[in-house]
Amino acid sequence: MKIVVPQFPGTNCEYDTKYAFERLGFDVQILWHEESLIPAGTDLIVVPGGFSYGDYLRSGAIARFSPIMKAIKAYADTGGYVLGICNGFQILLESHLLPGAMKRNENLHFVSKHQYLKVENSDNRFLRKCRVGERLNIPIAHAEGNYFIDEESLEALYDNGQILLTYCDKDGNPDNPNGSVGDIAGICNKERNVFGLMPHPERAMEPILGSDDGIRMLEGFLS
Amino acid sequence: MKAIVNVYLKEGVLDPQGKAVHHALGALGFDSVSDVRVGKQIVLDLDAVSMQSAEEEVKRMCETLLANTVIEDYSVEIVQ
Repeated sequence: MKIVVPQFPGTNCEYDTKYAFERLGFDVQILWHEESLIPAGTDLIVVPGGFSYGDYLRSGAIARFSPIMKAIKAYADTGGYVLGICNGFQILLESHLLPGAMKRNENLHFVSKHQYLKVENSDNRFLRKCRVGERLNIPIAHAEGNYFIDEESLEALYDNGQILLTYCDKDGNPDNPNGSVGDIAGICNKERNVFGLMPHPERAMEPILGSDDGIRMLEGFLS
Repeated sequence: MKAIVNVYLKEGVLDPQGKAVHHALGALGFDSVSDVRVGKQIVLDLDAVSMQSAEEEVKRMCETLLANTVIEDYSVEIVQ
């Protein structure tokens, strides 16, 4: 199983992402953003976290126009699997590969902590190893994770089962760290081949890191 | 020619920065403020044959890059 991880100026989670997927047995290649071809045989593209282009203008707004993003869009349009984590999620939103937009966190703080997530939908490639209602303990680290979408489009997300993860406490009660609508932490597109989430499963791969719940999430992509 | 672009969150989209600034102004005793919106201003120097063509081009820039129209509105002012 072959994974490509695009790297933009300011990306800083590409090596954590590579390490996490290699632990699961994937072959991972980091690809500079000026590349315009996705290698043949790629099974998954993971757009990693960080601060692409210094988050100038808006998070992800400038990375969207990198040559590699055109290739990623074409890859997704033909049904290829794409996962965006944190800044990667923001880039997928700016690229319109996923619906909605990010605002500054409601309390304006950069929030960096472990956060429980509730699995809302596991009928997809990403979370198929998880159970609906299951709680996962995963780190978050962001200043712009306040997901926003207009009411009509939010209804469509619910109707199509596109809301994958919501923020909660350890008992499963809503516990929202950033003000996102519907406590949303992660979504997918209607076709269920493009996924985005603010939390960092690649940082929860070993008990010594405080949690290894990230394994159950990422191993969904194994064949 | 210069283009002055103002980008701000749409009406109805809660502005966390505006809310924080509003709160701080209240704490300083400025009670007359009923709402605060924080946006950003982008100033472009550009060559264009007319003010109208400049405005059209800058609007395309706003739609493509300068504003995220899912959550933001923008205004464009062209000055000689």
